Amino acid sequence: MSLEFLVATGIGAVTASAIYLMLRGRTWPVVLGLSLLGYAVNVFIFAMGRLWQDAAPILAEGAHVADPLPQALVLTAIVIGFATTGFVVELALRTRNDTGTDHVDGHEPGVTGTPHRTEDRA
Amino acid sequence: MNPEFSSLWTHLPILPVLLPLFTAAALLLMGDGGGQASHGGTLLRRRRLLSLGSAVLGAALAWGLLWQAAQGTLTVYPLGGWPAPYGIVLVVDRLSAMMLALTWTIAVPVLWYATGGWDAHGRYFHALYQFQLMGLSGAFVTGDLFNLFVFFEVLLIASYVLMVHGQGRERMRAGLQYVVLNLVASGLFLIGLALVYALTGTLNMADLAVRVAQLDPTQAALFKTGAMVLLVVFGLKAAIAPLYLWLPATYAATSAPVAALFAIMTKVGVYSIIRVHAVILGEDAGHAALAVQAWLLPVALTTTVLGVLGALAAHGLARLVAYLTVASVGTILAAVGLFTPAALSAALYYLLHSTLIVAALFLLVELVASQRGTAGDRLQPAAPVAQPFLLGLMTLLGAASAAGLPPLPGFLGKLMVLQSAAATPAHAWVWAVVLGAGFFTLVGLARAGSILFWNVLPDTSPHTPAGSSARLTTATLGLLALSLVLAAAAAPVKRYTDATAAQLADQGAYARAVLDSLEGGRIPSTRPYRGGEGEVRLPAPGDSP
Repeated sequence: MSLEFLVATGIGAVTASAIYLMLRGRTWPVVLGLSLLGYAVNVFIFAMGRLWQDAAPILAEGAHVADPLPQALVLTAIVIGFATTGFVVELALRTRNDTGTDHVDGHEPGVTGTPHRTEDRA
Repeated sequence: MNPEFSSLWTHLPILPVLLPLFTAAALLLMGDGGGQASHGGTLLRRRRLLSLGSAVLGAALAWGLLWQAAQGTLTVYPLGGWPAPYGIVLVVDRLSAMMLALTWTIAVPVLWYATGGWDAHGRYFHALYQFQLMGLSGAFVTGDLFNLFVFFEVLLIASYVLMVHGQGRERMRAGLQYVVLNLVASGLFLIGLALVYALTGTLNMADLAVRVAQLDPTQAALFKTGAMVLLVVFGLKAAIAPLYLWLPATYAATSAPVAALFAIMTKVGVYSIIRVHAVILGEDAGHAALAVQAWLLPVALTTTVLGVLGALAAHGLARLVAYLTVASVGTILAAVGLFTPAALSAALYYLLHSTLIVAALFLLVELVASQRGTAGDRLQPAAPVAQPFLLGLMTLLGAASAAGLPPLPGFLGKLMVLQSAAATPAHAWVWAVVLGAGFFTLVGLARAGSILFWNVLPDTSPHTPAGSSARLTTATLGLLALSLVLAAAAAPVKRYTDATAAQLADQGAYARAVLDSLEGGRIPSTRPYRGGEGEVRLPAPGDSP
């Protein structure tokens, strides 16, 4: 079994789990799904520089080196993903506090919300 | 020209990004006295002054760049002196300069409006506003796709917080959905970029346009997949069908100045589609040429139809204007989807018009809603507004332009789109949808206007011109006046957009300007990097890549 097959299957499995979780109705699974999607995407970017075995990460005299650019790109993506995950966790907590439920619709299923969108404008 | 001035002039492309960054940092350092408590305080006045001053200065810089670009110069600014395609470059061509000038020109009156009270309803409004401007400016000037992603994140993170500014239950709920959707889109953006990089070995826009043409059919098929993923991402930002559902909920739930600023955010998606799908994947892109042609026009026309239907069905004025935003994005992208320079020029004129008018309408909605007591912006009979003449006239002007009545810029824009579509095979569809959309927009707005201003309940309560200070009115009037200027100056603006479309079509000149920036021609490149396949050899300078 080749390394490529293993990595591709792994990314696929993680992405599938991420999509399942993001389609849930509560904020916590959605946040977990977003994090998982972030992991899958990061490995995907990393693999886009092709998979290398026995190669130096950046520079080596006369030897093969792995493509260094995706490593730099993935670092940027990880940092941004970390920050946005932190923000969405905080926002989910705040929404839970303001609406009294952790459902993404802002009200429990079956209970009609009171959409007074103008109440805070007056 | 003295040397200090000329050195500052060479750094002009980066200044619209750095100025709001430093202003925002200064605003954060000045602190925030806990929002409401500082209302009217000295600190609040200072923050407002700094923020407004920075916005006016930024507008001057953007207009300077516009003046420079109007001479036909393509300004390339290699960050850190690293030449393209290795370093990141900022490129200011006519399109970038136009979008920059539009952004900052809208930012000033909207900020002036926000200082009328909204900025004190939450914390750090001004700092976030400046961060948002930084992200927008960066997205418009960058010449690198990954850098575009980074600036997208900057403007999105600022917009997440601005969106829930002032808070409230409904705003938090819509805010959470907005954030989650955009995070998913960011993930997709990275997947699209990774596919593009894997096949071409570059993310520089100029280099990419050169290399896409060299792909063989198998690679081109995979590249098209990447292009479709990017279309989904940009389409979500621009709010095209079926990805527009977040927009009415978000824009109707947020505060008026934020919604007005967000009018330019959908245009970031449109701008990216023009850059990537209409220019890089234009007719010269070999096997991947016009990858999204079969999709863009039908999707755009569907967007217009659904947007107008939404506007007809809306129960609130803010939601109605939000749906008009969706419809206008559809019209712009329909013209882009014709893939001719004439249609692109028409699309750009319509983009200028629709951004200005939507921003003005969002501000106007709040002015009207604040004078209708508890009814707010809901379309039902209520107490008459305190200033029926002024607000009625402003609504009439905005609505007539949005619907496309002569002699307003909406009419001119639609006329240009129709004219440019006349010679194309899809003209029947474009004409039917654009004209039909104009008519039904008129019906929807006429209905809304007559309920708001004529179908009023007998006035029992005393007039409350609350929320209608001179500052709010002048800001809204300013935006409407800008829209009139666009009609009065239609000839020079159209000449500019024509030249923009011609410049975008000339891929060779763009590649030469960006890639030949050093003496001695292009930088030797080993990309796409295939280190394992044979020896790594740096081609001698002068070899064509």
